[in-house]
Amino acid sequence: MKILVTCKRVPDTDQKIHVKEDGSGIDDSNLAYVLNPFDAIAVEEALRIREEDKSGDEIQIVAVGVGTTDYEAELRTALAMGADRAILVENSTLMDPWTVANTIAAVVERELPDLVLMGKQAVDDDANQTGQFLAALLQWPQATFASKIEFGGLGLRVARETDQGIEEIEVPLPAVVTADLRLNEPRYASLPSILKARKKEIEIIPHADLQIDVATQLEVLSMKSEISQRSCVMLEDVNSLMEIISP
Amino acid sequence: MKTLVITERDESDIRLGSLSAIGFAQSLPASVVDTLCVADVCGVNPTADAHAAVIAAAVRQHSYELVVAAATTYAKDVVGRTAGLCGGSMASDVIGHRFDGEQLLLDRPMFAGAVTATVILNNSPRFITVRAAAYNPVDISSVNSLSSLDTASLDVDYSDVPSAQWKSLASRASHRPDVTEAKIVVSGGRAFKSSEDFERLVGGLADGLGGATGSSRALVDAGITPNDLQVGQTGKIVAPDIYIALGISGAVQHLAGMKNSKTIIAVNTDPDAPIFSVADFGLVGDVYEVVPQLIAELNG
Ligand SMILES: Cc1cc2nc3c(=O)[nH]c(=O)nc-3n(C[C@H](O)[C@H](O)[C@H](O)COP(=O)(O)OP(=O)(O)OC[C@H]3O[C@@H](n4cnc5c(N)ncnc54)[C@H](O)[C@@H]3O)c2cc1C
Ligand SMILES: Nc1ncnc2c1ncn2[C@@H]1O[C@H](COP(=O)(O)O)[C@@H](O)[C@H]1O
Repeated sequence: MKILVTCKRVPDTDQKIHVKEDGSGIDDSNLAYVLNPFDAIAVEEALRIREEDKSGDEIQIVAVGVGTTDYEAELRTALAMGADRAILVENSTLMDPWTVANTIAAVVERELPDLVLMGKQAVDDDANQTGQFLAALLQWPQATFASKIEFGGLGLRVARETDQGIEEIEVPLPAVVTADLRLNEPRYASLPSILKARKKEIEIIPHADLQIDVATQLEVLSMKSEISQRSCVMLEDVNSLMEIISP
Repeated sequence: MKTLVITERDESDIRLGSLSAIGFAQSLPASVVDTLCVADVCGVNPTADAHAAVIAAAVRQHSYELVVAAATTYAKDVVGRTAGLCGGSMASDVIGHRFDGEQLLLDRPMFAGAVTATVILNNSPRFITVRAAAYNPVDISSVNSLSSLDTASLDVDYSDVPSAQWKSLASRASHRPDVTEAKIVVSGGRAFKSSEDFERLVGGLADGLGGATGSSRALVDAGITPNDLQVGQTGKIVAPDIYIALGISGAVQHLAGMKNSKTIIAVNTDPDAPIFSVADFGLVGDVYEVVPQLIAELNG
């Protein structure tokens, strides 16, 4: 079995994000980057599937990123966690979810995985679209916002986090599954595995080689920072609070 | 613009968020607005694979130029896939819009709400999910004057639709309003040590005020609250008249889900908690002392 896990590079989540003066984008001069938290969860899930497998079949885990050469750092994170190899489709331009989904679809056609594990959303664009787009492009079933995955039933039994509660569906393989926060707690890579990951191969495919002919659908024209305008009145006691909530 | 609004309903009626989505659609000039209730598509328990196929067929056969829905987990799942079937022209979580000539400019949050981006969609059909809190809901009676799409007339080819199967929904029976629809939301954070404490204190205060309960991620992760109470970047987005944050530190990911509430009140033992910098009123105190007093006053 082969599992493809998508990996996006995003600014670490505990930093303040500032927009450049001209509104053309964020000021990335001092930002630290990480593997998108939801993608780390997706990598972890692939590792657990391999560790818990009893069939004895080989399970190969391939990490895929679509972006600049800087993405190597996040792909190394996935390799250090335990992915077998990594693919970087190199492209230095800003891409919308549609372009990324089409790119990953082309990688799927090359790699022929049985399962694509993704994050439910990238915490930079917060789009929550790429997995759904990919499933549509491939005409594969999808299970988004997964909080539990088990083999069984039609293929996979997936618990999904919905607004109404936990939904269970069964999906045949191959399928696209996107990870929610509760799916697992990703491991930290140990020092030896980080060192070992340095030797693992990252295959670099120039984006143009995939010959994907798609136009940007979602175009960002400008950005602005959101700053809270509120000033907080500190209350003396519970009675003053009572007056506000129950006038 | 020929527009289709995808609506959802609960046991009784069309959801408030769907009414806001209709509100957004009707605010666009010269639009034909039809509705399609998801419960009428393939029965009440949809899987995205089948639903998206039906909606995509509707879009193609009726030449809709715009598809709108409230940004719920249903829409993120199904409308996202539908957009993927129809060319990938989609903006999610829209909170504002305006026109530049003919061009529809859309505002949407990024980076957990730290940034608002103005975006455009380059091709038709366009798919937009809107944050319910950002648009006024239309009156429920006006929904009846819109024509609802008859899916029986659609020619849907299911042959290439994969066969995910719906199994179950573990939905909590709650006597409280939905956190996204309530006028008052009382939310609890890591300060609460157990489900019992949460229910007694956060639940008790919510009941005293006729409001809904919400929670931070910390409590959902700890198994103290169910996932559908999580407010934030990756949970639900709320904007009630009053949001009361009890023992919540105010991480950006939490603020992303509630900072547009009209009045924000925070109770926290730590006077330097970041939540106070986005609140209108703050009380430095222990929720285990403050909340019982509030509940007693309300019940007294
Ligand atoms: C990718 C990603 C997505 C995330 N998405 C979300 C999301 O959607 N929603 C969300 O909420 N979080 C989300 N988080 C988590 C977020 O970063 C914070 O960790 C979380 O919000 C913290 O929850 P908390 O405020 O309850 O806990 P803490 O940060 O631990 O804060 C607890 C607060 O309670 C106060 N306190 C303790 N005891 C008492 C007492 N007895 N009385 C009064 N005050 C007390 C403390 O002073 C402290 O301020 C996300 C994180 C990541 C990385
Ligand atoms: N450039 C990218 N490279 C690799 N994976 C990506 C990329 N962009 C998005 N993804 C994947 O798609 C998921 C959803 O992203 P988004 O639709 O942008 O919120 C992410 O969690 C990633 O798994």
